[in-house]
Amino acid sequence: MKKNNVELSNKPFEIKDCALAALATGKSAQNLKELRDLLLDIDANSIYYHFWGGQLKPRFDDPEYHNDFASWTRHALHDGTLAERLSAIDPTDFQNLEDLRTEIVEIIEERLDENDHIPWCEPDEKFHFVTSQIVVFNTKKTIEDPRMLVKTIPNMTRSSIFYHFIDARRRTPENIDDFRAWLKGFDGQYNFLCDMISTIDPFFATLTELRKHLYNIVKNYFEGE
Amino acid sequence: MTTILEQYADIVGWEVIDQLYQLAAPLKGIKVVHVNSTRKGGGVAEILNKLVPLQKDLGIDVTWEVIKGNKDFFKCTKSIHNSLQGSNIELPQSMMDTYEKTNEKNAEKLKKKLNDADIVFIHDPQPAPLIKYFPERKGKWIWRCHIDVSKPQRTVWKYIKNFVKDYDASIFSLPAFAQPLPHPEYLIPPSIDPLSEKNMDLSREEIEQTVQSFGIDIERPIMLQVSRFDRFKDPVGVIQAFKLTKKFVPSIQLVLAGGEATDDPESNSVLEEVRLAANSNPDIHILLLPPDAHRTINALQRGADIIIQKSTKEGFGLTVTEALWKGKPVIGGDVGGIRIQVVNHHTGFLVKTPEGAALRARYLLFHRERLNEMGKKAKIFVKENFLLTRHLREYLTVMVSLKYGVKERIELG
Repeated sequence: MKKNNVELSNKPFEIKDCALAALATGKSAQNLKELRDLLLDIDANSIYYHFWGGQLKPRFDDPEYHNDFASWTRHALHDGTLAERLSAIDPTDFQNLEDLRTEIVEIIEERLDENDHIPWCEPDEKFHFVTSQIVVFNTKKTIEDPRMLVKTIPNMTRSSIFYHFIDARRRTPENIDDFRAWLKGFDGQYNFLCDMISTIDPFFATLTELRKHLYNIVKNYFEGE
Repeated sequence: MTTILEQYADIVGWEVIDQLYQLAAPLKGIKVVHVNSTRKGGGVAEILNKLVPLQKDLGIDVTWEVIKGNKDFFKCTKSIHNSLQGSNIELPQSMMDTYEKTNEKNAEKLKKKLNDADIVFIHDPQPAPLIKYFPERKGKWIWRCHIDVSKPQRTVWKYIKNFVKDYDASIFSLPAFAQPLPHPEYLIPPSIDPLSEKNMDLSREEIEQTVQSFGIDIERPIMLQVSRFDRFKDPVGVIQAFKLTKKFVPSIQLVLAGGEATDDPESNSVLEEVRLAANSNPDIHILLLPPDAHRTINALQRGADIIIQKSTKEGFGLTVTEALWKGKPVIGGDVGGIRIQVVNHHTGFLVKTPEGAALRARYLLFHRERLNEMGKKAKIFVKENFLLTRHLREYLTVMVSLKYGVKERIELG
């Protein structure tokens, strides 16, 4: 679908970039009960890191599980059931990180109740709680016309994609990415494009792939197949 | 003439270099000093030789100082280094005296420079006590620990911790290496330099010449492990894996490339075990290379079909990173830092036994297209995660973080 001659009334889109500093918390769990206990009072930012920070960590496509808790319970504790349940958590369903924390703890407690024993792992497979700090900087580039997204997106860094597509979900009122949040300001002219962007599942792709998906969608929208 | 940053831009892309400039902008005008114990040799010097000029290129006022010491000092710091990595070595009082006195002398020489600096990076344990002699320091001091201190000898760690606790922050390579300390502990994994002799592109001709110079047939499949002769690297297990593979791939050759024999009795006895296990098999090549044979190792890695790092204990495993960068899938031991580099079925395979290593080697040699596909992925993986430019970005992030205060979110103008 092509869209031309759109009246530009929204604020310009400021392209920002970010860098994530990972920090050790010094806290680690070797069994499921320890994980639950630590989750009860770990810094909420650490929960964020273990859900989303993975996007900026070394990883490959098709991650089997969507967060570090699920991945650890599968690979270190060998509990596939719990891994599946934890993996099904969508962090954007929760108003804040405290609600997300409660959900994770409840799922783990349910599993502890189901088991006769406490699953544990080898000492070198402990779950190390990491937290993070985000440094956001302005690239001084702005877009006024949504059509410019076609030229801009391929040149955005992976961390810029992280900032606008992932980090945005805890900054924007509707917990959505910055692209949709901006496009919605054009009085509904880009609703179809927003719907297309909303089909990108951020859990199943690396940042490089997310950039490619976004690019394909805006290119098809503005320039046709 | 191109700047160093321009040379890196050819490899990682300008968007990555632009990002470094943006992150460095708020750091313009600040004085940064790196301190370590050697200008040449070893991984830290190798990193600083590149990081310092790159930080200068970004407009940061950065200098690199090296502390000086006599033979006794370095004997002492070697013991500290080994015991922090888990060896059960006691540190006599005389050694601690030498260690502290040498640092005190160096502190005198570096007084003005370090007192005036805005950020001081102290690398590894050798210069760690320096902080004790700078009560009037105005800047932030960071202890950068490059070694695996996940299971240190407790008495020695307690002694070193007495100095380290006074720093404003520390940096460890992996979460498992971090020790409880009363300040922020940043995590920065190591990196490789794509422009160094060890990792730069080589011509096909040079690769072939180097491989053939050791009597290795470049036309036949080559399995390679690069590592010192250490039990934790399991070279005997690699030979077992090779023998199991050879049953199905008779033309395969094995190359075990390690350091020259040293006066380390452990290394010599492992080498003996390796020779015994090799049993004069003409297809097993045991190479003892000098410490500066970077280009040779580069050529061997590029000439190999499969690279193995069958460690049973590993810190980070930079030889794995080097192999992946050369587009080779790695069959690696399921331990330590190998786990974050070898993504099972994507950049290689994680194995626990020689049997597992042989199984994966046979698979890759049979499915050449998979081998090539995984090799391509491996190179991209290193490009995105383990090159020096990422390392530099994280140093800049730590500096910005310390300048603006360790809080959840820092928004720069």
